[in-house]
Amino acid sequence: MHGRLIRRLFGSVMTGATYGAALLAILPLAIILAMLLVKGAGSLDWNFFTKSAVPVGEAGGGFAHAIVGTLIIVGLACAVGVPIGVAVGIFLAEFGGGQLGFVIRFIADVLNGVPSIVIGIFAWTWLVKPMGHFSALAGGVALGMILVPILARTTEEMVRLVPNSLREAALALGYQRWRTSLQVVVRSATAGIVTGVLVAVARVAGETAPLLFTALGNQFFSTRVQGPMAALPLQVYAYALGPYDEWHRQAWAGALVLIMLVLVLSLVARAVVRGKRQHA
Amino acid sequence: MSRGDVVYRTVLTALALLLPLLLVLIAIELVANAMPAVSKFGFGFLTHSTWDPVRGEFGALPLIFGTLYSSLVALIIAVPLALGCAVFLTEFAPRWLRTPVATLIELLAAVPSVIYGLWGIFVLIPLLRDHFWPVARHVLGKLPIFSGVFYGPSVLAAGVILAVMVLPYITAVSREVLLAVPPSQREAGLALGATRWETVTTVILPYGRAGIIGAVILGLGRALGETMAVTMVIGNRHEVSASLLQPGYTIAAAIANEFSEAVSDMHLAALFMVGAVLFLITIIANTLARVLVWRVARGSAVGSTAI
Repeated sequence: MHGRLIRRLFGSVMTGATYGAALLAILPLAIILAMLLVKGAGSLDWNFFTKSAVPVGEAGGGFAHAIVGTLIIVGLACAVGVPIGVAVGIFLAEFGGGQLGFVIRFIADVLNGVPSIVIGIFAWTWLVKPMGHFSALAGGVALGMILVPILARTTEEMVRLVPNSLREAALALGYQRWRTSLQVVVRSATAGIVTGVLVAVARVAGETAPLLFTALGNQFFSTRVQGPMAALPLQVYAYALGPYDEWHRQAWAGALVLIMLVLVLSLVARAVVRGKRQHA
Repeated sequence: MSRGDVVYRTVLTALALLLPLLLVLIAIELVANAMPAVSKFGFGFLTHSTWDPVRGEFGALPLIFGTLYSSLVALIIAVPLALGCAVFLTEFAPRWLRTPVATLIELLAAVPSVIYGLWGIFVLIPLLRDHFWPVARHVLGKLPIFSGVFYGPSVLAAGVILAVMVLPYITAVSREVLLAVPPSQREAGLALGATRWETVTTVILPYGRAGIIGAVILGLGRALGETMAVTMVIGNRHEVSASLLQPGYTIAAAIANEFSEAVSDMHLAALFMVGAVLFLITIIANTLARVLVWRVARGSAVGSTAI
């Protein structure tokens, strides 16, 4: 009788401990968001979004060049990564039953785990070294290479959710297989695929390491993709390590903008994915 | 099959084959660019600890040690927490609480690395230095792993940041592994008179053991290759020190700091060589992790939703 009480008590204590673990896990997110708001929000003014960096000591500089740079580089990454990633995902869902599918799926997962800095030096050897200079283009391609394996896996999952009866109906109506696949199966998975793209884009938009030796960063406003270009994460990194308080202040503000971009993208995506899954 | 079908399948297959091609190309480029260092230093590269770009001497021991050490610290902190979260989310949490909590934990993985670094420099390091250590030194100060003076940037700071960063991955994958445990196992445990906690420790966790180990290795892979946050808080010193309070260095951080300012071709080759080592380690870790996770949750795309 006594032993049973102790066992149940121990169980309750440990159950409480798992509540504690969950709380402790969420705590950093809350602290980080709070700090970003406290330290960053005050520096978000009109100048921040419309002006580029100014020399130290001069007032009124902003992150406009970095925000535009991030948009351009992520746009390039999407141009490279989205078509390929989605196509590979469709391949995995439609033809991935065999040995080749198994291998591709496995390699996508392995590529997903390759450190982004390694992708960065690879992009350097292929694009920066032959061209002789750093470029936003190389940065975009590097981020695109990170997009592909992520998108392959999320697209596969989304296409697989489409009920088989839909495919059978189309085939029974005399549709060819490829038209069935593209116009019926993939099309009805579009919402899911788009949210997968949003999640992936949110992840690469915050990547810094692959841009260090490709886009490099730039103190000036530039939209030339063949040359070095600023990006939000690069600018936050440079300013955080810099010696000036003014830079630190702007780094926090830049980080706030970056995380809002990332969180909005991933929250919107998650909401749609959840709804989609419950339907299936 | 019509001609359209053949074309469709061929195009998709060709695009899919780009993935293995990319993996092979990365490996070839890393090795090819590392060749000068390989032929000059051989295996000694991995065991020497002098890193002097000016004199052209390179030994990667401090980098390899620092990479493994900081990741180990991260796992020691993150694994119990992540398992607690996974068990909480699958066994104990009220149903209405599960999705919001899981989403919040997953959002930790969405926070960009550079923001963790920024937070590490301006919040975590001051916190550890001014509040944690002055209290903890009375208890821990005697231990060799806490020896020396604590200035802030250190393996400890890197380990704590990494722990926060890998926690969502380990939690998400272990959670999916635990969800894959058949309900009959759970019911059998309860029917034998075990409390719910005893069912977790004696039935559910052992059943998912392989997958959980996989989840931990997956987290390890993330920690090993993490660059920006570590670079910003670890102190970046080429030195092997067992003390958590001392600065260290990791492979990824060294590449981030030195690559674009490499002073010689040999310096560049040495950085490619540590890059190749990192690439190899993470590939092995990921392969192992996937195999282990698949053994429990076969077929389902475990982990892909964790991104």
